[in-house]
Amino acid sequence: MNLNKLILKNQALRRGIIAIIAALLVWEILAHWRLWFGYSLPGIGLMPPPSAVLHLWGKVLLDGSYWLSWYASYSRVLLGFCLAMLLGIPFGLMLAVNRHLHALFFPIFEILRPIPPLAWVPASLIFWPTQEMSIVFVIFLGAFYAIVINVLGGARSIDIRYLRAAQSMGAGQWSLFWRVVLPATLPSIFTGAAVGMGITWEVVVAAEMIAVGGRVYGGGLGFFVWNSFVGGSTEQAIIGMLSIGIAGYLASSLIRYIGYRLMPWHTAA
Amino acid sequence: MPSDHLLELNNLSLAHGQPWARESIIHELRLSVPRQQMTVVVGPSGCGKSTLINLIAGFEKPDSGEVLLDGRPVKGPSHERMVIFQESALMPWLSVYENIIFGPKLRKERPLADIRQEALALLEQVGLSAFAQKYPRQLSGGMQRRAELARALINRPQLMLMDEPFRGLDAMSRELMQSFFLAFFEETHNTCLFVTSEIEEAILLADQLVILSNRPAHVRAVLSVDLPRPREIAILDTPQAYAYKRQALEILYEEALNNFRREGRPDDFLEAYTYQTQTCTSAE
Repeated sequence: MNLNKLILKNQALRRGIIAIIAALLVWEILAHWRLWFGYSLPGIGLMPPPSAVLHLWGKVLLDGSYWLSWYASYSRVLLGFCLAMLLGIPFGLMLAVNRHLHALFFPIFEILRPIPPLAWVPASLIFWPTQEMSIVFVIFLGAFYAIVINVLGGARSIDIRYLRAAQSMGAGQWSLFWRVVLPATLPSIFTGAAVGMGITWEVVVAAEMIAVGGRVYGGGLGFFVWNSFVGGSTEQAIIGMLSIGIAGYLASSLIRYIGYRLMPWHTAA
Repeated sequence: MPSDHLLELNNLSLAHGQPWARESIIHELRLSVPRQQMTVVVGPSGCGKSTLINLIAGFEKPDSGEVLLDGRPVKGPSHERMVIFQESALMPWLSVYENIIFGPKLRKERPLADIRQEALALLEQVGLSAFAQKYPRQLSGGMQRRAELARALINRPQLMLMDEPFRGLDAMSRELMQSFFLAFFEETHNTCLFVTSEIEEAILLADQLVILSNRPAHVRAVLSVDLPRPREIAILDTPQAYAYKRQALEILYEEALNNFRREGRPDDFLEAYTYQTQTCTSAE
């Protein structure tokens, strides 16, 4: 069975790699179409070929400012995300277990929730003393709503039989919360975290494009993309885009890994 | 001086719903559950059997009337009255072993070593020693029910409340579980109130067979099932068992038909019809 699993996994890995190579190949051909075939395809504009992008990437990797962009975006995302988890999980659980608090806070929450995080950028630039804080705040908002909604939904849909069984066995309010409500909500907490993490990357890039002007170092990957475009290097803009993709993938893999370790019952076969 | 009855339900009534649209679920229900016997409750589907279990377990409070366990009124959930729920209510995030020790560990009434020993003995008894460290979802349906039985028993309940515990099992596992549970009961004689909608299961297990009416539920009839113990599934093929089954089905048929006349719901007519055909075939 273990061997089967390994083959299956490798097969999936192999297919993934094949798909990426095929996509790069198609892109390469399309980028050279005009040069190689003498006419341009309708709808296909100017685009640097992946070979040029990869070539430049090799050089960019040696450039410290590229890594500073990674560092800037990652630290903003992690800070905003951790704050959202720290506040969002207790807030969601609180709304789920106490109907008075639910009645009090849920309407405000529901009115603020549809406001896209980016619409907060101007207000938060004015409100927060530093630009850095306002970006982290906007990132926090993006993740916060997703986490709260998932935690709330998860905690409210706990099978009542678990609660009743625990009550029969002598659990009071405190034990019910720590031994039933919390573990039963854990899968929803991780769903919220995964969705929230996805949103933080959308938000950080856009916020950096809007808010971090004129600072080459510490501008972040979003600024890196915009700055490259303004500076006329499409190759470098594409490097920035792909870097964001990789950064987001690493972040959600981390969450999946933590979830896997914390919830062995969820994946046990 | 303790009475012969462990549990007494006195004029129990309960209605659900908002004040302007109350629906009576249980009405003036009176029932006594004798010690060390198996009392099986059957009734039409949706008649309030699960609500009855909830009231006895203390999950819900009656509007009027009282539930007396050993003469003392029931005030809320307690490990004296353990419920085995429909399907499985094992906590998915705990291993089978952790599920079983959940109650005693929480109440801290015994040293952990004792609890551990008893849990291992119970696991042995229900044939799950090899599965102690597995999670519930890694077990088959029948194994889950046995684990749940062990989880209830370690709390040493005075009364076991079984709410259609074998529902949702395939026919094979269901029969196996019935034999297992029957043998288990005949060995321990732990007082048990068993709710089911399967008439054959009821006759197989029962010392006392209680037939409930349609909603609002009250006791329609109490039959004493005097089939010899120890029993096996094959006992259902004997003429005595047939006679009990016919008697019970006739009452249920009448009940469904009455309800159809009163309320005119086609469901009730269909149910009555099914009971009648069942009675005819079993009479052959």
